[in-house]
Amino acid sequence: MLIPHPVLGLRDAREFAYLGDARLIDRPDPSAPDAEAAFCDYVYLRDNPAGAHRELWFHEHGDHSWLVVTRNTITHEILGAELAHDVALARKRSVK
Amino acid sequence: MRFSGFRVLSEALKGHSGWKPLWRNPDPQPFYDYVIVGGGGHGLATAYYLAKTFRQSRIAVLEKGWLGSGNVGRNTTVIRSNYLLPGNGPFYEFSLKLWEGLEQELNFNSMVSQRGVIYLFHSDWQRDAYRRRANSMALAGADARLLSREDLKAMLPFLNYDNARFPIHGGFMQPRAGTARHDAVAWGYARGADLYGVDLIQNCEVTGFRIVDGNIRGVETSRGFIGANKVGVAVAGSSSRVMAMAGMRLPIESHVLQAFVTEGLKPIIPCVIMFGAGHFYISQSDKGGLVFCGEIDGYNSYAQRGNLPMVEDVCEGAMAVMPMIGRVRLLRQWGGVMDMSMDGSPIIDRTGIEGLYFNGGWCVGGFKATPASGHAFAHLLATDTPHETARAYRLDRFARGYLIDESGAGAQPNLQ
Repeated sequence: MLIPHPVLGLRDAREFAYLGDARLIDRPDPSAPDAEAAFCDYVYLRDNPAGAHRELWFHEHGDHSWLVVTRNTITHEILGAELAHDVALARKRSVK
Repeated sequence: MRFSGFRVLSEALKGHSGWKPLWRNPDPQPFYDYVIVGGGGHGLATAYYLAKTFRQSRIAVLEKGWLGSGNVGRNTTVIRSNYLLPGNGPFYEFSLKLWEGLEQELNFNSMVSQRGVIYLFHSDWQRDAYRRRANSMALAGADARLLSREDLKAMLPFLNYDNARFPIHGGFMQPRAGTARHDAVAWGYARGADLYGVDLIQNCEVTGFRIVDGNIRGVETSRGFIGANKVGVAVAGSSSRVMAMAGMRLPIESHVLQAFVTEGLKPIIPCVIMFGAGHFYISQSDKGGLVFCGEIDGYNSYAQRGNLPMVEDVCEGAMAVMPMIGRVRLLRQWGGVMDMSMDGSPIIDRTGIEGLYFNGGWCVGGFKATPASGHAFAHLLATDTPHETARAYRLDRFARGYLIDESGAGAQPNLQ
C-alpha cells in the first residue's frame, strides 16, 4: 500500500505505524461527570466498519507526523490522507 | 449412516454407490427455539452440543455462504492449551480434552494428531517466561515440559541453533498439542448436528434482528423472517457488522491474517514449531505441504487477503530459524479476517438484549477453541449461565477492568 502523504507524496505503508480509528483524536473530557463511561467507550469500543475507514497512521520512518488516512477496509484502496494536525485544528481542538 | 472400516471396504466393493450427502439441505421453518447465526466451526459446534448435550430442540444454523466457508477453512489447524492466565488455561484445556475424543464423539475422521507443539526460546528471560507458563499450565491440568538444547537437537536437527542474533537455547513443549483437519471439523459437527435434527440453512444471510421492547423475536434474513426465542451469534471476523444490526458497538477490530502452504515434501517436520524471536510457526500437513503463518498485517481489514510486506516478514522468520526450507516453493497463500479483541481474549456472553447471545473476539486462535467454544456457548444458550471454564469471557470485563491480556499488549488489537 502507498500512502499519499500530504507533504512528502506517495510513501510505502511500511514506513508507518498504525494506531486505529481516527476517532481516537477526540479524547473525552476527563472532568465531565460521565468521564469514566466515556473513557471506557473511547479506549475499548470501535465502529470497525467494512468499507471506508478513517484511521491514524504515524510516519515513524519518515517525518514523524500523524496522518488521518481514509482507506477501504474491503479492498485496501487508499482514498486520501491528511495531516492529523490539520484535522484536529479543523475541529477546533487545541494542538500541542 | 455410520462410518467404519467395514463400511469403507464394502463401499469399495460396490463402486462407492452407497454414500449419501452428510446433511440435509432444508428450507427454513418460520420459527425455532434457537437460531445460531454463523455456520462455521463455532456455530456448528454450538448447534451440535445444544442438541446433543443440552437436549434442546428446534435449532437452526443460518449461514450466509456455505458451511465452513470462513475461518474454519482458512486457518493453520493448530490445537493446543498452553495458556498462561487463569481465565484462559482451564478453557483451552477443556477444549483439548474435547479434541482428544472428537472423532469417536462425531464418528467422523477429523485427523486429530497430537504431534506436539514446541516453542523455541532464545534468551534466559524467555526460558523463565516459558517455565512460568509451564507451571501455570500444570495448575490448569495441562501437560508441559522444558527441553534443553541437546533434547531439541535430537528431535529437530535441522534448526539454525547458532544464529548470531537468535541462538536457540531450548524449547517449551506441550506433547498433547498438535493439529487437526480443519474442514473435517466443520463437516463432522455439521453432520452430527444434522443427525440430531438441527436445520443447517445455507445461503441465508442475516440482514437484521427483530427486537421488541429489548427482547429478541427473531432474525430478518435473505430468505425471509425467521422467528426465534433465542439467537446466538458466532460469526467471528464479521462480529462488528452483525452486532451493529442489533445496535451494539464491540471491543473488536477486524484484521487480516495470512497463511501459507508449500509444495508437498517427504515428512521432515515432526511437530508444530514456534519461532520464539519472531512471529513464525510451522507444521507439516499429512499431504506433505509445509503450513506456516506469522502475524496479522496490522491494520483493519475485511479483505480476506493480505499484502506483501507481511509475506516477506514471515519468510524472513522462516529463514532465520529453518534455513533448509529456503528453496521450497510456496504453493498457496491466503488471508482470513480475525476478530481482534481489545485484550486478545474471546467473548462468550449474553448481551443487553434479552435472548441475544454473542460469541466472538477469537483473535488469531479460534480454531483450537472450536469444541469448547461450541460447548460453552451451548451451555450459555441452554441454561443462561456461563460454562464454568468460560466465566471470564464476559462482555463487560473491559468496563470492569478484568481484562485477560495474555500477551500484555493493552487495548491495541493490532498488537495482540
